[in-house]
Amino acid sequence: MSGAPVELDDVDDAVRVRMVVNGRKVACDVAPRDTLVDVLRGPLELTGTHAGCEMGACGACLVQLDGCAVHACLMFAVQADGARIDTIEGLSASGVIADLQAEFHRRNALQCGFCTPGMLMTAHELLSQVARPGREAIRDALSGNFCRCTGYEAIVDSIAAVAEARAAKAAEGSSR
Amino acid sequence: MKARAFSYFRARTIDEALAAHAGAGDEARFIAGGQSLVPALALRLQAPTILIDINHVDELRGIRREGDRLRIGALTRHREMLTEPLIAEFAPLLRAAAPFVAHPAIRNRGTLGGSVALADPASEFPAMVLALDAEIEIAGPSGRRIVKADEFFIDLFETALAPGELLVAIRVPLFRSNQRIAFDELARRRGDYALVGCGMIATFDQHRIADIRIALFSVGNLPMRAISTEAALVGSRLDAERIAAAQTALGQDLAPAESDDVPAAMRMHLARVLLGRVLGRLGEAA
Repeated sequence: MSGAPVELDDVDDAVRVRMVVNGRKVACDVAPRDTLVDVLRGPLELTGTHAGCEMGACGACLVQLDGCAVHACLMFAVQADGARIDTIEGLSASGVIADLQAEFHRRNALQCGFCTPGMLMTAHELLSQVARPGREAIRDALSGNFCRCTGYEAIVDSIAAVAEARAAKAAEGSSR
Repeated sequence: MKARAFSYFRARTIDEALAAHAGAGDEARFIAGGQSLVPALALRLQAPTILIDINHVDELRGIRREGDRLRIGALTRHREMLTEPLIAEFAPLLRAAAPFVAHPAIRNRGTLGGSVALADPASEFPAMVLALDAEIEIAGPSGRRIVKADEFFIDLFETALAPGELLVAIRVPLFRSNQRIAFDELARRRGDYALVGCGMIATFDQHRIADIRIALFSVGNLPMRAISTEAALVGSRLDAERIAAAQTALGQDLAPAESDDVPAAMRMHLARVLLGRVLGRLGEAA
């Protein structure tokens, strides 16, 4: 311990936060200023959610808060007390985005992969709201997700292909 | 990119939120959607000692008809402007502007009350609230009050809200069958802040404009009404000649400042082009 004075303004109180993360009840002690992305990646060791710009511009930190995609860098973990959070790990394990993941892989819709969890979060939400979005609608939905590798074409292709495949499957199911 | 340390209080009622703010004085901040506040905290542009979370105050939610107005709770999320049938029916200008507000995930969390209270001059909703002749319902330590949108926006990020006051709801006149709306903006990329944006609502008497309110954003320190332009349109049919006259009149309403990325003359030009385009759409909406 050094004898350096501690500035009182920078002392954090610990707050107990309880959340349901990927279907599992968790409790952890956080400082009020800890963002949700930091708590997910740190104490909860869910590193699939990426911290990029930390100001809501790049979309790498998207998670689902009570079923809606939100930036985990734009809320404090303490605000999520009592909420349900689903991260890319949860969506992957449940299989709901398996077709999107396979299509991204097949079409090389990622190079470094940093943006991919956020891209998948946005794609998943878009396809749950609009069954067959056009390319313009897909690009519009992705306007808050930055990719510095791919130029987006393969990402848009993948989402459009999955939308078609899901629609075809639904039509097949309903014609039986 | 980390905020200064603060303590956190989750309010359940408006009174609780006001009391918490009164107890902390100037060092407190209310947080709603937080989509602008959290980056400001991370960049330490602001450093409150206590954050009062109003996301769980049920009194701030809900959309309902009240007499000849639609009362939209401050916590109504941007996304709800796209999904709520009452908005589509009675406040279609807000519906028309919503797809232009940031990106889907921001719209899931950002709130109407937060956007209006922040009064960012480049934001869509403050300007549309002005175009709609809305009333802003405010709660404070000394009770409730109503401020007209025309008197609410004072200067850059400055509104009629006093420290410790909370924006509770926005009340807009119900859309009527003899009215039309139009909205558009020019931006370098979808979801970016607009270079210039414009929304309007007009009341028609047969084919003549009986009344019109036009608001622009990204044109100055605050959302601005185009009063001279409105005057140039009232009593007239919306033909090409009249639209050109309105574009000329806009020069009396706006005086954009020089900026590094958009010269004033360019912004004025873009505002005229956009005004013509949006008025054209208003005519087509017949």
